[in-house]
Amino acid sequence: MKSGESLIYCRNLIFNCLRTPMNVGVRTKDLRKVYTSAPPLGAAGGFVARADARGSKQPKSEIIALDGLSLEVNPGEIFGLLGPNGAGKSTTVGVLTTRVRPTSGQAWVGEHEVWNEQAAVKYLIGVVPQRPNLDFSLTAREILIFHAAYFGIGAKQRNERADALLEKFKLTDRANQMVRGFSGGMMQRLSIARAMMHDPQVLFLDEPSAGLDPQTRILLWEVIREYNQSGKTILLTTHYMEEADALCRRLAIIDHGRMIALGAPAELKSSIPGGFLLRLRFRSLSPALLERLQSLSGVREVRSADSLGVDVYADRGGSLIGEVASAAAGERSDLLDVRISEPSLENLFLHHTGRSLRD
Amino acid sequence: MNWKTFGAMLARDAHVARRNMIQLILQTFLQPLLFVFIFGRVMVGSGYMRADYKSLLLPGIIAISMVFTGIWAVAMPLIAEFQWTREIEDRLLSPINISWIAIEKVIAGMIQALVAGLVVIPMAWLVLRPGVDIRINQPVWFIAIIVLVAAFSAAGGLALGCSINQQHIGLMFGMVITPMIFFGCAYYPWSALNGFPILRWAVLINPLVYASEGLRGSLVPQFSHLPLVAVLAALLFFDVLLLLFGLRQFERKAVS
Repeated sequence: MKSGESLIYCRNLIFNCLRTPMNVGVRTKDLRKVYTSAPPLGAAGGFVARADARGSKQPKSEIIALDGLSLEVNPGEIFGLLGPNGAGKSTTVGVLTTRVRPTSGQAWVGEHEVWNEQAAVKYLIGVVPQRPNLDFSLTAREILIFHAAYFGIGAKQRNERADALLEKFKLTDRANQMVRGFSGGMMQRLSIARAMMHDPQVLFLDEPSAGLDPQTRILLWEVIREYNQSGKTILLTTHYMEEADALCRRLAIIDHGRMIALGAPAELKSSIPGGFLLRLRFRSLSPALLERLQSLSGVREVRSADSLGVDVYADRGGSLIGEVASAAAGERSDLLDVRISEPSLENLFLHHTGRSLRD
Repeated sequence: MNWKTFGAMLARDAHVARRNMIQLILQTFLQPLLFVFIFGRVMVGSGYMRADYKSLLLPGIIAISMVFTGIWAVAMPLIAEFQWTREIEDRLLSPINISWIAIEKVIAGMIQALVAGLVVIPMAWLVLRPGVDIRINQPVWFIAIIVLVAAFSAAGGLALGCSINQQHIGLMFGMVITPMIFFGCAYYPWSALNGFPILRWAVLINPLVYASEGLRGSLVPQFSHLPLVAVLAALLFFDVLLLLFGLRQFERKAVS
């Protein structure tokens, strides 16, 4: 290499190093995770019982948490993982944040392969865990300051950032108190502030609004949107469809470690036949009654849920009930219970899995 | 290796130690001082023990203080942070290889153990005086030994802290720490076990024996003690063994 060339090469190298990486995406390929004991720390979002010394004497059971999950989160989008408890959401976040070693498959944050370039990945990510894990030996402000120090941020800058984030999350007046006495909402706010301290390109939020009061939830949503508007990628897990609906540009619905649907919330909802879901219960159920229900106008799909229950997907909701009741009477049955829900992600989940999100 | 992150973690531990100073002091020094007072002062003063027992006792007390402090300083926070508060997670997500987080804990524990050992010397000397006959003939040996003792106690804390559950802390003290102290040649020299042929060799699996004998050999060499070269080799062996085992356990706890 000539000296002129090498100069340009060096300049480009320095430029590339100094340039803050913008718009970092996240990708996984055929991710599989099998736990041979209860999922520990990193993966278990919160309240999963852990295998202890006594448990290890029992024969090991295998739990498949992720079963070949491939997903791609585009740079700069808010992406939601929606699914019931135990679907594999937290394990996915665990793998992407270096806390869970995948059994097979790969995961990338930006261009970095998570398992092989852990330190590089950790610079790019911020993590808000499902259960607060704040440092109980420190005050709120110290938690932010030390977090920034772990990331090599200088004293002046970390003080400024801490003050700004404390202000933003309405924690300034509690800044110098130990966090032991904080309420759940305050801890959650501080956890998010901490995750933002090193200005990560990708923010992971695991069930961010679980247990929050409505006011704090709205503050949280605002903060997430604002952070996203500065070009940051956000991956959140939730089992609240309202949250997924309100925040996410795209959603992956996962269950048993597999993706069962992917798309924008509106797209996903419009993919449900009809949109309205009527969950019906009858005194008795005959094939003839199912046929009559199917023939009612506006009914798109009829599924028997169990021996007495039927799920009807239809274009309309309440106006169908009278006809359903007379159909039941015509077949010498009785309509006992009706639940109508409007087009929602909950219905989508139910449609794909036959189970409710909250089951 | 990311030194800034490593330094920030040490700074965090120092900050927390400063905040809990009084608790730490009581926890570290009260028990050894009571031992020194009862055994060195009361028992010797009343004639139940020989006068030179004071000098024999001092290195053992230093060894116990250091080992206890090192184990406690590393194991207890780790047990709580991994299992209850999970506060270690923030450090596990900092841009550094996670083994260095464990090593940082060991270094912090070593510093506390060294401080404990070096402070106990003058404190015990004040309680025991007159009649304590300390002769540091080979300061290099003394330094090497206290550093290795500190390392084994902190690495032992790492291994224990990452191997037991919160509900077994009591068991850890009953089954591990207490026998270790009583069979650790801290209150008596190893040569006192000459009349117990099996026990004499069995206690050699206890690393505290080398800590006590090593400090005895470098502080009060007038008493019989194990050869310092053997002590150094054994301490080194336990340092490496416990550190490797501790690091493996740490990683198993940290990554699922």
